[in-house]
Amino acid sequence: MSRTELQTLPERAVELLGGEPDDTTLRRYLHGLPGVDAVGLEQRAADLGTRSIKTTSKAWALDKIIELIDLTTLEGADTPGKVRSLVAKAMNPDASDPTCPRVAAVCVYGDMVPYAVEALGDAHGDPDEGGISVAAVATAFPSGRASLEVKLADTADAVAHGADEIDMVIDRGAFLAGRYGQVYDQIARVKQACRREDGSYASLKVILETGELKTYDNIKRASWLAILAGGDFIKTSTGKVQPAATLPTTLLMLEVVRDWYRATGERIGVKPAGGIRTSKDAIKYLVTVAEIAGEEWLQPHLFRYGASSLLNDVLRQRKKIATGHYTGSDYVTID
Amino acid sequence: MSFLEYAPAPESRAILSLKPEYGLFIDGEFHPGTGGTFETISPADESRIATVATASDEDVDAAVTAARRAFDKTWSKMSGRDRGKYLFRIARLIQERSRELAVAESLDNGKPIKESRDVDIPLVAAWFFYYAGWADKLDYAGLGPNPRALGVAGQVIPWNFPLLMLAWKIAPALAAGNTVVLKPAETTPLTALLFAEILQQADLPPGVVNIVTGAGATGAAVVRHPDVDKVAFTGSTAVGREIAKAVAGTDKKVTLELGGKAANIIFEDAPIDQAVDGIVTGIFFNQGQVCCAGSRLVVQESIHDEVVERLKARLSTLRLGDPLDKNTDIGAINSLEQLNRVRELSRIGDEEGAERWTADCAIPDKGFWFAPTIFTNVQTSHRIARDEIFGPVLSVLTFRTPDEAIAKANNTPYGLSAGIWTEKGSRILAVADKLRAGVVWANTFNRFDPSSPFGGYKESGYGREGGRHGLAAYLKGAA
Repeated sequence: MSRTELQTLPERAVELLGGEPDDTTLRRYLHGLPGVDAVGLEQRAADLGTRSIKTTSKAWALDKIIELIDLTTLEGADTPGKVRSLVAKAMNPDASDPTCPRVAAVCVYGDMVPYAVEALGDAHGDPDEGGISVAAVATAFPSGRASLEVKLADTADAVAHGADEIDMVIDRGAFLAGRYGQVYDQIARVKQACRREDGSYASLKVILETGELKTYDNIKRASWLAILAGGDFIKTSTGKVQPAATLPTTLLMLEVVRDWYRATGERIGVKPAGGIRTSKDAIKYLVTVAEIAGEEWLQPHLFRYGASSLLNDVLRQRKKIATGHYTGSDYVTID
Repeated sequence: MSFLEYAPAPESRAILSLKPEYGLFIDGEFHPGTGGTFETISPADESRIATVATASDEDVDAAVTAARRAFDKTWSKMSGRDRGKYLFRIARLIQERSRELAVAESLDNGKPIKESRDVDIPLVAAWFFYYAGWADKLDYAGLGPNPRALGVAGQVIPWNFPLLMLAWKIAPALAAGNTVVLKPAETTPLTALLFAEILQQADLPPGVVNIVTGAGATGAAVVRHPDVDKVAFTGSTAVGREIAKAVAGTDKKVTLELGGKAANIIFEDAPIDQAVDGIVTGIFFNQGQVCCAGSRLVVQESIHDEVVERLKARLSTLRLGDPLDKNTDIGAINSLEQLNRVRELSRIGDEEGAERWTADCAIPDKGFWFAPTIFTNVQTSHRIARDEIFGPVLSVLTFRTPDEAIAKANNTPYGLSAGIWTEKGSRILAVADKLRAGVVWANTFNRFDPSSPFGGYKESGYGREGGRHGLAAYLKGAA
């Protein structure tokens, strides 16, 4: 599902940009995009947040949310044991209910990929086929402050160990300084580093770290830049910077992928990450995806939640629908 | 299943305890009227809600007499601070009963519950809070020290924002020390009658506010009554003209808030997705039944196709249906009469050669409905570009230069509101300066605040409501 025809990518970028993707051409293109009115954007997000999702719609939404989760652990204290525990939860979120769907992927640091792959065993695979993918953060996550060589090695290492998806960070410093060519080039090179021996590619999620880009205009430009450079997904945040994912930011990024689809016929994914902890919030995102990009985006290759604590809240809501009452926190497993 | 077909999420009607019949609210009590009765129905399914009294000329006379007595004996003698206390109390009661009022408003008017809940009722409370604060500060209203109330205000309000228009009228009148006889619209008397119950709850002295229900004849009786000192009307320009004639040569002060045909100007450097949302808010908010609706889209030619395409895609996501469902975006048209007017003008648009596009949505069997509609290829000479349609119908015109945009925006007998969409701040100021409209929104539309004056140029009426200016309409200088 990744953008396999890589050869055509630079050509298309050149065609859309009207020149080689250097600072000048990219600046002309990105600054020529229509601006974003913050008040209007936030108003629209707030309006979508008032949708009332009840009964059958809610039950469907809760299962769908689980299927779209990248169950994440990104701690300095992570160990193989912690990763095995996370994987077990990913494969069997609700020990008391075999009908509960699996999550889409587990998301770990690069050095934890072998343990995740091993723990998944036969369950390792494409979420479309009932499998669980392994996503690895790379490129000197979360700051991205390392040389390109290190970032590429970081990426290639994770892919070699079996990562299906790479969550890279952009160089926010370069972006804010207007060195768009550099940001573009890094994304394109990391994409190349996602190449496996058999010629296929790991899916590339490009983390914009919207909390550091600050303005909606910047977020919109960074979204276009990441897609032009070959990202399969645009992702809001590392989770290490506040604010992380917000509904207006995600709405804006969904508008970008919708517009990209209209322009090229190609669908790019969106992943809000960090700060989505409750089912209520997650449902607002689901509504926003469906109403902005379209329902076809509600599938693991086009939308993900980067979350850790969200899953348990969704499980408790599921139980509430099944049994009519809320359970205590000890009735779901901690991980 | 399709997720977007959200399961029904109806707001409960159980919170409402309506009486089967309502009389006239005169001198603090409900009285049966002497002019017969009429039914108020739900425009969403044409079901009967309640039977309401029609006020005869004698009933109106009794209401004005009660208002005069309350003015002379109580309200004009009360300190501003004490009047303010009553207004604060009313505002708080509105907040406490907001859910009930929202349900009643959506039931009687047909507007979506999300609008009555999130816009109408919160603004009603805000209006009373705002003017409550003014009651003891009238010396600072800009009319010199110790300005005086006018006396009895006769107020006639429309059906598009029933309770909000009541608040726009009653709050400043009471804060300034006037007493009131108010006539709600024939098709939407319900929330005004619930408001009368709130006044009883607030222990407002009898006669300070009187509510008389009925049709046009009742309104005319209020306006023409010789003991009314001030007339305030919101509604159609045709009726506004009649009122202006009726009060000509009398001492009555008048404010008229009438029709509009606002231009929503989209420049090519506009924030396009928010502009599309703004167009939707401008013309499809409250089914377009808004006097300041942005019913003429004046878009720069270079982005016309893109804006129209995005607009159509956006409109296709709107949900039309049960006004009490929390996910409904487009409710019912308020009355059959209004629906017929919207249909007739749309038919004329077809005949004039404009191109009609209608959102694909299922129309319920019962009730009064009109799907969101856009006319493109509209020329300034078309009637759909000139007449107020007062429905969910947008006419799209184009321009090439800012001067042409301004000329087209101003080329209307109305002048109530306008919108400007551009990322360039200096252009906002330059264009706003040349638009002959009472309210100009920049990069937003249909936003209201009690501190901001609202009113029209030309055939959109005269006088201002809201803010300090709105207060001045109910006061006279000490001199």
